[in-house]
Amino acid sequence: MLPTLFGKSADPAPTQQKSGLFERMKQAVTRTRDGLQERMEDLLARTRPVDAAALETLEATLIASDLGVHTAAEIIGHLRAQAERQQIRDGAELKALLKVELQQILDAVQTPPPAVTTKPEVVFMVGVNGTGKTTTTGKLAAYFREQNQSVLLCAADTFRAAAIEQLGIWSQRAGVEMIQTRPGGDPSAALYDTLHAARARSIDVVLVDTAGRLHTKNNLMAELEKMRRTAQRFAPDAPHQTLLVMDATTGQNGLQQARLFLESSAVTGIVLTKLDGTAKGGIVIAIAKELRLPVRFVGIGEQMADLIPFDASAFVDSLLDR
Amino acid sequence: MFENLSEKLQRAFKNLRGQGILTEDNIGEALQEIRVALLEADVNLDVVQSLIEHIREKAIGHEVLTALSPTEQVIQIVRDELIAMLGKDTARFKFASKPPTVILMAGLQGSGKTTTSGKLAAWLKKGGHRPLLVSVDVYRPAAREQLKVVAQSVGVNLYEGDLKGEAAGASLVERLAKEARREAIMSACDVVIVDTAGRLHLDAELMAEMQRLKSLLNPQEILFVADAMTGQDAVRSAREFHDKLALTGVVLTKMDGDARGGAALSIRQVTGQPIKFLGTGEKPDAFEAFHPDRIVSRILGMGDMLTLIENVEEKLDRKKSEEFAKKALAGDGFTLEDFRDQLRQIKKLGSIQSIMKMLPSVGPFQGLQQAAENVDEGQFTRVEAIINSMTQQERMHHEIISGSRRKRIARGSGTSVQEINQLLRQYVQMKKMFKSMGKGGGMQRRLMGSLTNMRGMGR
Ligand SMILES: Nc1nc2c(ncn2[C@@H]2O[C@H](COP(=O)(O)OP(=O)(O)OP(=O)(O)O)[C@@H](O)[C@H]2O)c(=O)[nH]1
Ligand SMILES: Nc1nc2c(ncn2[C@@H]2O[C@H](COP(=O)(O)OP(=O)(O)O)[C@@H](O)[C@H]2O)c(=O)[nH]1
Ligand SMILES: [Mg+2]
Ligand SMILES: [Mg+2]
Repeated sequence: MLPTLFGKSADPAPTQQKSGLFERMKQAVTRTRDGLQERMEDLLARTRPVDAAALETLEATLIASDLGVHTAAEIIGHLRAQAERQQIRDGAELKALLKVELQQILDAVQTPPPAVTTKPEVVFMVGVNGTGKTTTTGKLAAYFREQNQSVLLCAADTFRAAAIEQLGIWSQRAGVEMIQTRPGGDPSAALYDTLHAARARSIDVVLVDTAGRLHTKNNLMAELEKMRRTAQRFAPDAPHQTLLVMDATTGQNGLQQARLFLESSAVTGIVLTKLDGTAKGGIVIAIAKELRLPVRFVGIGEQMADLIPFDASAFVDSLLDR
Repeated sequence: MFENLSEKLQRAFKNLRGQGILTEDNIGEALQEIRVALLEADVNLDVVQSLIEHIREKAIGHEVLTALSPTEQVIQIVRDELIAMLGKDTARFKFASKPPTVILMAGLQGSGKTTTSGKLAAWLKKGGHRPLLVSVDVYRPAAREQLKVVAQSVGVNLYEGDLKGEAAGASLVERLAKEARREAIMSACDVVIVDTAGRLHLDAELMAEMQRLKSLLNPQEILFVADAMTGQDAVRSAREFHDKLALTGVVLTKMDGDARGGAALSIRQVTGQPIKFLGTGEKPDAFEAFHPDRIVSRILGMGDMLTLIENVEEKLDRKKSEEFAKKALAGDGFTLEDFRDQLRQIKKLGSIQSIMKMLPSVGPFQGLQQAAENVDEGQFTRVEAIINSMTQQERMHHEIISGSRRKRIARGSGTSVQEINQLLRQYVQMKKMFKSMGKGGGMQRRLMGSLTNMRGMGR
């Protein structure tokens, strides 16, 4: 089947579309941002009581930020009731009220990370492929170093090509050591070695970079469970944190990712990466609502310093800012 | 668990049966369900809005046919619209009249460019080409090393180049690209695949670098590699990559997950370029042609039987598998004899996981993939042994397998009567399930049930 795709031919792109729908659709998407931006400006300029159109604009903004239809509808439903009760009379006030709503959802789950009684603190970095686990591991190493904590990295992605080398470069950048096993080796073995080395060296924090895996793959999720057991044998409360690294461009699938990683790896928080792009990462609000998982850090670039602790207020501002 | 779109529509239309005509009124709720389904699948909000209007126009005034339920009619309209939007599925690859053909990979960070470069190279090689891989990702740590390992694993040439201590930047990138093309000519490679660093469409400097690469290399193909899990932002990134580079095609990766892949519609819309391939796993052979009808089913949460059947056809005895599909999906169903044949063939396919992944994987179909991950390939051998111990007559007519026959079969295959009972039960279930799939029905849960008892591995 596929080889036919490579049949020698220099055909021009064979995908000329019927105009009608296609053109209209294209225009529709070209309008995307401007449309929403305009609607938001209208909303802010208005001084009428809240009506369906105003609420729809805000709902569209939420959907465009990947909160999902259901979460958006719920939030807007609540907002409508609030606005009526408080007799909100202009657009800017309504938007401010929505901001409070969203921030409350996020703040409600911002419990402090569990206290660590036995050193080292063990942190697992997990997530689907390509979200930024290795990069975030490197950034976190630097972050903890800055707080005068000693850090040891564990190269537990033994699967992806050159994943160990990638983390190795981060370990040099951050000035911390890394423990590894051979490519294709058992990640639990690498973890075991790391934990024992960490204890021997009185390390404060162990960061474990795991291989990207889709939450739908039971065998790979089982591999993570095995690593958890390895950590638990070492210290009953380890891993102390399991951070689910999620890409801000993620759509509705993010909720399912969080559900399944939570279920099998007891995720304790989220790192939302690539917020330096145009994606808003609104799925974390749906996740906070449904799974009560806090966002711990956000990634805002590819450099070592591009990691900041999560700030719900700033996040919501950027989400509603069109 | 989500409700299937057709189940939802059925509810929306519960009062419509036999009412005559689709009207603004009676279609409203159904359109709302469609809107939600599309948004849940990450189709861009504006695309959804226009689509809904278009579907409304098409549907209103449609007579409710007696042969089809209103649900089926509306789904047909939606499907047709979406498939039309995605364009023809015979996207071809452009080759240079004077080799080497150059393929430039583009996309956001972590979308799958490097992995896809390897997959493309493997496919080209299989199609009789001599590809050369080169990585100009001089930015991400160990990115070039990654491609080197990938090239080795698929057994294709790599131009490694020498950084000569030159600082990471546009001039190094351009030098490597130029050298790679020269190398391709010298070593008689007819295609150069250029793996680039992931970049944000906002990054003016890196986008300019990409434009210079383009004018330097004159690539026949510029492929936008995008993650199937992408949400509403897909429109924005795809549009800006397309504006700056004039993309020629799209590869949608990580389709082995349970994302519905609505980003496909958005990307197709803003670029107007065909989605040419799908990435369906981390390994080099997890790479497939794109078919609009299949992804439409997936976006609507309705399964992907066609890919399954095709995969089976491609790798197996075509006639046999066609017969099997025909038999299994309609008519009297398949016999134990057919089943054993299929088991033997499936072994040739490699892992059952890769096949089962084609089955519906979202909405009510969720979990099926997980079930597939749990299949124990070793179990196949036992089942085959059991069927081997049956007589021809028994294989053709399972109903005649009485208690005493079961004992005999158990002895002959070194298994137990319970195992025979279980196999027969599963066989009857599967037979039913396949038949109902042939009718587009929803018996997935039963299949799941019959698969979850087994365990295994795969990536
Ligand atoms: N713009 C931007 N890029 C990022 C950020 N975090 C990571 N990246 C990039 O995203 C890509 C993937 O990052 P990795 O750290 O390799 O991701 P990973 O999750 O370890 O990937 P696998 O191990 O292959 O699953 C790389 O190109 C990173 O440079 C971020 O916050 N912003
Ligand atoms: N499950 C799955 N993983 C993929 C697929 N394509 C790429 N990946 C993984 O996604 C991650 C990022 O891929 P990579 O090729 O390094 O992306 P790049 O940064 O765009 O070059 C890696 O972990 C790959 O193994 C796919 O189709 N399915
Ligand atoms: Mg990694
Ligand atoms: Mg890469």
